[in-house]
Amino acid sequence: MDKEVVLEVSTPVLSHAATTDPHLHSFKVIAGGLPCYLHTSPEFAMKRLLAAHQQDIYQIVPVLRDAERGHKHNPEFAMLEWYRVGMDHQQLMDSIEILLGSVFEGFNKPWHKPQRKRYIDLVEAVLACDMQSVTTKKIQQYFDKENRSFPSGDISLDAALDLLIDTFVLPEFSDDRFTFITDYPASQAALARTAIDDQGNAVASRFEVYFGSLEIANGYHELTDANILRQRIEENVQTRKQHGLDAVTVDTHLIDAHQAGLPECAGVAVGIERLLMLLTGANSIDQVIAFPFERA
Amino acid sequence: MASFSTNEFKGGLKIMLDGDPHSIVENEFVKPGKGQAFSRTKVRNLKTGRVVERTFKSGESVEAADVMDTEMQYLYNDGEHWHFMNPTTFEQLGADKTAMGDAHLWLQEEAICEVTLFNGQPLAVSPPNFVELVIKETDPGLRGDTATGGNKPAHMETGAVVKVPLFIEEGEKIKIDTRSGEYVSRVK
Repeated sequence: MDKEVVLEVSTPVLSHAATTDPHLHSFKVIAGGLPCYLHTSPEFAMKRLLAAHQQDIYQIVPVLRDAERGHKHNPEFAMLEWYRVGMDHQQLMDSIEILLGSVFEGFNKPWHKPQRKRYIDLVEAVLACDMQSVTTKKIQQYFDKENRSFPSGDISLDAALDLLIDTFVLPEFSDDRFTFITDYPASQAALARTAIDDQGNAVASRFEVYFGSLEIANGYHELTDANILRQRIEENVQTRKQHGLDAVTVDTHLIDAHQAGLPECAGVAVGIERLLMLLTGANSIDQVIAFPFERA
Repeated sequence: MASFSTNEFKGGLKIMLDGDPHSIVENEFVKPGKGQAFSRTKVRNLKTGRVVERTFKSGESVEAADVMDTEMQYLYNDGEHWHFMNPTTFEQLGADKTAMGDAHLWLQEEAICEVTLFNGQPLAVSPPNFVELVIKETDPGLRGDTATGGNKPAHMETGAVVKVPLFIEEGEKIKIDTRSGEYVSRVK
């Protein structure tokens, strides 16, 4: 980071507002008699700094997510998050390759050139059909055919797609190198911008980084448009309402920052414990945490 | 009706699936992508013993199975049911052929067994890990042959057939490990 002149910053863990993402559960706390939240990532605060200073920034910070616990998840973990002004997600991926390459060199781990795959291509290859014709039903039939369990109840297409990738694609990823997945369906854009690909699919300009089937990073060519941001937040609020989830306080500072002018930039977050898992060959996150949640 | 949310899932938890009691063997929290999280489990059907994969949406609730293991004393077999008694409450219950499995091959009266109850009825019966039984019938022993290994089938008083060393005689009492069905030692 020093070599590339990326400035280290520090932002609050405790905030008056929270992410509206229906799949992220912020811990709610009472601070000074007011309901507040512990951040699930430093993204919003870092974007406010980006809007104010238009400069490359990074930090390593603990983040907290309720209802996430398993071999690869602990409710509290460390995140390395950084933003590069003027880069798109492709350029950011190139720069991550260099960073990860130097980490591997430092750990004397053999380095193999990472692969890049498009989410949409991966889905089409498994199901042998066009992305436009994929439905939850079709995915469910594929699970049945392969004799794998598909959850019952109302499963959204995005959830079904993710489960398809997790069940049939990730286990096939090369386990001696990184694989970048890019070009997600536009419905999974979160805070990334969207684009139209060569086949006419609306895609999200975002990526995830895997080593074998272990996800270690998630990055976006960041959405800068305040109106689209407002719209996505509104959709999240509605989804939360429909699913009976906690109606969190919306971060108006983030919307103001977009309004004031977020620079064209790309950002990424790396899970530090996940990186340690793959560097040490640990198969459970508990092996790289001194006090996992149950003993914290 | 008691139920468990997926975030309470852990190995050994008993839940109802498709009308049958199941025990969770493995539970993995999966959060593919940035969306919906799931619990991918392996569950054992306690009636059939079959282990299958079941994936649940995270936060989904599943009905708890009223299953418990109790130590009970074997009393007698009436030709259809094997009757057991709870030594504390003196309550008696009959286990059918399905619940008994092969357990009846090892049972002497008064043996203490682990009986798995589902809705208060016997679902499965495990005999004691070790039993001491008398040999009803086996080929004549080879006297003095205590070292060369080799074995022969012996029919026990309870119906089981166990491979015993050649020197063991009819009418002798032996100790058997019921989990493997193997001879352990002579009982003097």
